[in-house]
Amino acid sequence: MKFGIVVFPGSNCDADCHHVATDLLGCEADYIWHQETDLKGADAVILPGGFAYGDYLRAGALARFSPVMESVAAFAREGGAVLGICNGFQVLLEAGLLPGAMQINRGLRYVCADVHMRVENDGTPFTALYPKGSVVTMPVGHMEGNYTAPPEVLDALEREGRVVFRYCDRDGKVVDSANPNGAARGIAGICNAQGNVVGLMPHPDRCSEGILGNAAGIKMFESAVSALATR
Amino acid sequence: MKVEVRVYPKAGVLDPQGKAIASALSRLGHRAVRDVRAGKVFFIEVDGSDPRAVEADARKMAEELLANTVIEGFDVRVTG
Repeated sequence: MKFGIVVFPGSNCDADCHHVATDLLGCEADYIWHQETDLKGADAVILPGGFAYGDYLRAGALARFSPVMESVAAFAREGGAVLGICNGFQVLLEAGLLPGAMQINRGLRYVCADVHMRVENDGTPFTALYPKGSVVTMPVGHMEGNYTAPPEVLDALEREGRVVFRYCDRDGKVVDSANPNGAARGIAGICNAQGNVVGLMPHPDRCSEGILGNAAGIKMFESAVSALATR
Repeated sequence: MKVEVRVYPKAGVLDPQGKAIASALSRLGHRAVRDVRAGKVFFIEVDGSDPRAVEADARKMAEELLANTVIEGFDVRVTG
């Protein structure tokens, strides 16, 4: 099992993802510089958090034109597992690999906090090990996490079970006070129609080992390992 | 030639930035302010002499990159 971790100028969670994949899970992992087009035989590709291209123009807007993104899009089309975390999620939206867009948080401030999310879809390669309906706690750190899409797109996401995570309180209730950024319908993460491309704002890479006080995130990576090993 | 592209939140799309600016203006005493929407302007210089072609080109730029048409509208004006 090999992870490919894309590095844009301004990515800053690439090493965290690499650490989880290699030191914690014993998998292979390679960094893929954004100018490269070879995914180096990765079984799963991660677009990590950070500030690709300094978030100039809009978060993710310029990263989408990096040469590596054509390879990532082709990999995704063939069913390859792709995970976008935070800025990586924003890049997936701008690249059109996932629907919708991010707006600035409704509070107009950068939000750095632990949030609770309800697992809405346990059928993706990155969520298979989380029981559906369970509550997972992960940290967020972002300025533009206020997910939005036209109403018909939101309805389609709901209907097709493509909302993967939803912000909720610690009991799993989706309430506005538990929504850190104003995201439509409390959406924290979504997937594409095939379920192989997943994006979320919270950071599983920042909560994958006990020494950090929370190891809830490692199951996202372990899910990929078990899903892809049994393919 | 010179062309301006204005990009702004679509009507109906929440604009927290515009709202914050509106409330700040109101606090400053500009009580007549009813609504603000905040956007961006791009001043672009291009080679060419046909205003129509320049405008069409700028529209393409807006659709491809300058605006995120999920949430933003835009307009284009050739200015000289």
